[in-house]
Amino acid sequence: MRSAVGALLRKDLLLQRRTPEAVPAMVLFSIGTFVLFHFALDEREVTGNLASGILWVTLLFAAVLGINRLFVSEREEGGFDGFLLAPVDRTSMLVAKAILLFLFLSVVEVFVLAAFTILLLGPSPWGPLPELILVLALANAGIAVIGTLVAALAIQTRARDLIVPLIALPLSVPLVIAAARACAPLLTEGGAGALEARWLAILGLYDLVFGLLAYAIFDFLLEE
Amino acid sequence: MFGRGLKTLSLITVALIVGAFAMVFFYAPNDADQGFIQKIFYLHVPLAIVALFGFVAGGVYGIKYLRTGDRLHDLRSYVAIHLSLILAVGALVTGSIWARGSWGVWWTWDEPTLVSFLIVFLLYACYQPLRFSIEDPERQARYAAVFAIIAGAFVPLNFMAVRMAESLVHPRVLSTTGGSMPSDMRITFLVSTVAMACLFITLWKYELASKHATFRLRALKRRLADGEDAWTPNPRRSAAPTL
Repeated sequence: MRSAVGALLRKDLLLQRRTPEAVPAMVLFSIGTFVLFHFALDEREVTGNLASGILWVTLLFAAVLGINRLFVSEREEGGFDGFLLAPVDRTSMLVAKAILLFLFLSVVEVFVLAAFTILLLGPSPWGPLPELILVLALANAGIAVIGTLVAALAIQTRARDLIVPLIALPLSVPLVIAAARACAPLLTEGGAGALEARWLAILGLYDLVFGLLAYAIFDFLLEE
Repeated sequence: MFGRGLKTLSLITVALIVGAFAMVFFYAPNDADQGFIQKIFYLHVPLAIVALFGFVAGGVYGIKYLRTGDRLHDLRSYVAIHLSLILAVGALVTGSIWARGSWGVWWTWDEPTLVSFLIVFLLYACYQPLRFSIEDPERQARYAAVFAIIAGAFVPLNFMAVRMAESLVHPRVLSTTGGSMPSDMRITFLVSTVAMACLFITLWKYELASKHATFRLRALKRRLADGEDAWTPNPRRSAAPTL
């Protein structure tokens, strides 16, 4: 399975290198959203709850863009048929796509966090950076798993662009609750507060439950 | 096949519902703080509980469908989720009325159960659009089952996350577990819940029987029209599964 995951991942990364599609779009979308938030809220700087909320809503909407594009090449260029003909475990597709989405989100977050710091964020995020990275990584894993499931579910429907946000947004409410609450004390003015363990526990539990669930049911989304 | 025992079940349901309402109005005491408006509790909470169980049952039938490939399980899952959605609308509306009556606002973010319920409702409201946008009936059934399983697992997780986000700041107004209720209130509540569950099962069975009869009728009509001028089926599209 490892070689199949590696091959699929290499294929997708090569595609992204030749025609960068998802990541630049996600970054541009996020920066545009920050500008919108600046004017909509009429704030020059945001801190605490507000900063954390803006960051997570923006990241989640950007993730929806990536989720929408996740299986497009498989669907339009016959990648599904090629994959189904290959004698490999079908779960390797789930693992490869989830890792890909995780990488997308991580790269996007590097740029988005920098842009957020310059454009909107009041306090400096460099002090609590390790904690921030921990929360981002746990939330990314959750978005990657649920995003891969939703993308695979929506890719065969006629209304793909409608179905993805409609299903993905309610499903990620627990993620946003936990991630936004965990980040809020890290982004407060005048010294970051402590990271609360219970939000990390929620994020970890979410990753675990949906990871196992995705592993169990992903095969049914590929059967032809 | 589906009609067996429906008559008895319907009679039991009617008796239970009448009994439950009689108990709500004549047996259960008025709440000391909230007065008469609190009686909506005996409608609101059973609606919500039964809707949640219906959603989870939809997920369980989804698992059964994926394991066996039997289209009847898909139909059961669909009808359970469809009915639960209707009950969920009822629960949200009664919850809103109750909030208006006792707190003076139509909606409150302080009540984690209500907020979680709204999120669950928003998720399940996508079930029929999802079905509707997949044309191949076999794939429609399979994808709907996958959705039902994901959403079924999401329900408890979501309740946990929302409760953690809210309840530590605000005290619960009324414990829905029944732990702090006086015994006559608790009995009324239990009877109401059982009545609502029976109503759900009865409606579920009626809907299954009706859907099944429709499919049989359609198949028979198609056989009758075979050879004569082709009989065209009803062109109206629907998200409901076909057998």
